[in-house]
Amino acid sequence: MNHGGSILAYALQQLINGVTLGMIYGLIAVGYTMVYGIIGMINFAHGDVFMIGAFLSLIALVGLAAIGVTAVPLALAMALLFAAAISALYGWAIERVAYRPLRGSFRLAPLISAIGMSITLENYVQVVQGARVKPLMPLIPGGITLMNQNGFAVRLGWLQMLIVLVTLLVLAIFTWLVTRTPLGRAMRACEQDLKMTALLGIDVDRTISLTFVIGAALAAVAGFMFLLYYGSIDFFIGFIAGVKAFTAAVLGGIGSLPGAVLGGLLIGLIETFWSAYFSVQYKDVAAFSILAIALIFLPTGLLGRAEVEKV
Amino acid sequence: MSAAFRDAFLSALVSLGLFGPIVGLQTVPAPGGLALRMRPVLVGVLVALVFFGRLLFLAFWQMRRAGGAKTFQPLLSAIEKAVPLRQTGRFVAPLLLLLALIWPFVVGRYYLDLGILVLTYVMLGWGLNVVVGLAGLLDLGYVAFYAVGAYSYALLAQFTGLGFWACLPISGLLAALWGITLGFPVLRLRGDYLAIVTLAFGEIIRIVLLNWVSLTGGPNGISGIPRPTLFGLSFSGDGPGTFAGFFHLEPSPIHRIVFLYYVILGLALLTNLVAIRLRRMPLGRAWEALREDEIASRSLGINITITKLTAFAVGACFGGFAGAFFATRQGFISPESFTFMESATVLAIVVLGGLGSQLGVALAAIVMIGGSELFREFADYRMLVFGLALVVMMAVRPRGLVATRRPSISLGAARAISAEMVAQGRG
Amino acid sequence: MTKPAAMPWLLCVENLMMRFGGLTAVDHLSFNAERGQITAIIGPNGAGKTTVFNCITGFYRPTSGTILLTHPNGAEYRLDQLRGDHINRRAGVARTFQNVRLFAGMTVLENLLVAQHNRLMAASGFGIRALFGSGRYRRAEQEAIDRAKFWLDRIGLLARADDPAGALPYGAQRQLEIARAMCTEPILLCLDEPAAGLNPRETEDLGALLLQIRAEGCSLLLIEHDMKMVMQISDHIIVLDHGRKISDGPPAMVRADPKVISAYLGEGEDSEEQTELSLEQKA
Repeated sequence: MNHGGSILAYALQQLINGVTLGMIYGLIAVGYTMVYGIIGMINFAHGDVFMIGAFLSLIALVGLAAIGVTAVPLALAMALLFAAAISALYGWAIERVAYRPLRGSFRLAPLISAIGMSITLENYVQVVQGARVKPLMPLIPGGITLMNQNGFAVRLGWLQMLIVLVTLLVLAIFTWLVTRTPLGRAMRACEQDLKMTALLGIDVDRTISLTFVIGAALAAVAGFMFLLYYGSIDFFIGFIAGVKAFTAAVLGGIGSLPGAVLGGLLIGLIETFWSAYFSVQYKDVAAFSILAIALIFLPTGLLGRAEVEKV
Repeated sequence: MSAAFRDAFLSALVSLGLFGPIVGLQTVPAPGGLALRMRPVLVGVLVALVFFGRLLFLAFWQMRRAGGAKTFQPLLSAIEKAVPLRQTGRFVAPLLLLLALIWPFVVGRYYLDLGILVLTYVMLGWGLNVVVGLAGLLDLGYVAFYAVGAYSYALLAQFTGLGFWACLPISGLLAALWGITLGFPVLRLRGDYLAIVTLAFGEIIRIVLLNWVSLTGGPNGISGIPRPTLFGLSFSGDGPGTFAGFFHLEPSPIHRIVFLYYVILGLALLTNLVAIRLRRMPLGRAWEALREDEIASRSLGINITITKLTAFAVGACFGGFAGAFFATRQGFISPESFTFMESATVLAIVVLGGLGSQLGVALAAIVMIGGSELFREFADYRMLVFGLALVVMMAVRPRGLVATRRPSISLGAARAISAEMVAQGRG
Repeated sequence: MTKPAAMPWLLCVENLMMRFGGLTAVDHLSFNAERGQITAIIGPNGAGKTTVFNCITGFYRPTSGTILLTHPNGAEYRLDQLRGDHINRRAGVARTFQNVRLFAGMTVLENLLVAQHNRLMAASGFGIRALFGSGRYRRAEQEAIDRAKFWLDRIGLLARADDPAGALPYGAQRQLEIARAMCTEPILLCLDEPAAGLNPRETEDLGALLLQIRAEGCSLLLIEHDMKMVMQISDHIIVLDHGRKISDGPPAMVRADPKVISAYLGEGEDSEEQTELSLEQKA
């Protein structure tokens, strides 16, 4: 907490860091909120899809370097696409194997299955990739200095800019997909009433599958950026990031897509500012406490719809 | 048949996509960073497994269909008829109890330890069953109360010098108090929110235990936790004040293990007794009514918050007892023992056992904890198999082993209520 | 309609307003219900009847207005301010639901015992006495079972006491819901469309049951679409349309009220025409 005499500069730096982190949480949160919106379940394994996305990115980057693709932008783009594609396949397979057979089953069955899936994925990656932390050297070093106050330089890394830009781009594509395409219409219809949508001749199974595919691809993008930002990953990163992203989705109002992004940003900012001004050890406590407090005073989240109790 | 081959081929193709990069390309440390190690054979084996597995599954499916059955259900009900779990429940429960009572005399040290472990989970399962099975409140942070119980005992013993038996009720009460403190604000929340807040609470407790080094020792935990005594007789060494000395026995470490076994058996049976009695009382019936329909319960004048809170507190109290026992048994505790995995395991036991069924929970604890012990030698694969087993079990038996509900009171002969009728609650 | 000061109204609703966002479901509604009577609230679909019920039984908090319940002993309860469970527990108002809300996975007997929760809870010393099986609790439980048996006998379900409530036929479920509400020993019973989905015979039985309940001193508030039954058993009818009261009085008066007839005709939907027809038949 060495912020010299430059309170403003220090805060600005935290804002930049917090927004970057918030973008990653927001991307994961979108996946939670979409699945919850459509089939009303907490996809517990979603955090682990994010972890798999990070691993796939790592494998791709290492592999590309090995076969001589040395141009960083090209390698990054290829790794991102590769991770998103394979993660999407994971998303599809998870839904197909663990959730679809349980649709219409008892309320707790899909949740337990999802917890089982989460445990499976974590240990699967641990077994096949090893339990050790995987390092990655910084690929996009440098950045610009925004201001310099009393010797404290506010830096905006190129990587941070990239993360924010990619997130905004991905979210823009995603928003277009949900609001302007037949798929998006089908998804929103499923959200309203699954049975009715099926009666109207929309392929509900396919729509739900696609929801998982899209959610997984977004999580993979988040995993990719997490890898670049932190420079190291292990098989356990999915759990805590997943819980925080779900917190973000709830905070923003579960079922609301802009809410998920907003919630992600808030969690990222809270975490960063708490670490900067209070204590790093208790940053997760801060995020979770905010969740509990928000839920008690704002039960529908920030952008969620108020539900009138049907009697 | 060709359709089956096509299906299996597609499955194999998907699995190639899934396993190819992650299994086939292993990142290994190399000078200057990481390198990839290729494992094409392993991928090939996995993909072949998926291909033939899918083929077998489809053949099995076809056979069932040819037999006139469209789903798993008829097969399962056939199994149920052959093994009428509910009817045999009357015999299985006393048999299990008898086995539990004589267990220390028929097995060796390893299985005695395993018995203690299983019974700890049976007790945790019965405690959580009150919350999830009866009241229908989804608690994903049950481990928090387990931790509170364990640390309460460890710290009380450390600072006040009180023994296990004096601290046990205090630990339970403290855990219950935590349950009430947490429950009061959050129990108004709708189902899945409650789940996530309880999960968050479990994590908060763990993080605090990890970082409050001056009190809890942080990651190093607390060691030297006093062992329980039998009416003041200690189990270490010999002499007048010890168990061995008092009964003129050869001092042996096994005495303490046997004693611990009976302590946890007694605690588990106490949990069971209280849970069964509560279920037949107005409070327990109100819990079940809440699970069935909260709005109707409110219209009948039931105070929903208080009723939920009691369920939460009772569950937490048993979790606290179990925690205190865990601390005294291990002699050492650290935050590592209180991760989300514990909550997930206990919840899985409750759901697999069949929500609300005491016998089912006991059976599930034996199957899951005993089963995962079988994989101890393949430690790496143990949790992998555990996770997969959860997925498979939910597909095959989403309602758990004992799926029926037994009425709490009846005018004539009590008849079991089938699972389809019983709600799982929104909370 | 004025009353001597010595005998206050049982239920006094004044200027009740209920808004959901921009929608006004109940608009400055005032009406009174007399002790020992069956008061019916009727009106076309969407007139706000169930909303009024939900305000009276504490499920909605009214936007404005007062709902005052006066017990025979003079105790007064502001139902618009009382906490959800106190509406039943303290004020003695019980209700049934438009879509039957039984505890489907519990037996018929258990349903009726849950309704006596607060009495049993007090007798069990909040669980402590019952845990040790005290005599006082056992007596209280026996009394509760007897009360349940009394109601089961009355609705003809004694033989099915040990069946899950969800397994009963629809008509029996409706009756059981009434019995469950009566087991809380209310002074006002609110029924939300009790005859919906019943066949004519079952409706007749229901009417008899409701008259019996009234004869034993419990007042009733009723929302119903079955005009035949409403006209037969009600002492007093309130007609709502679009959240407002358009008529209020004894059945004969309401039936002749041109505003009522035009409200029903104005709807023009099939179901409403049928209601209208039965209205005319009776007239």
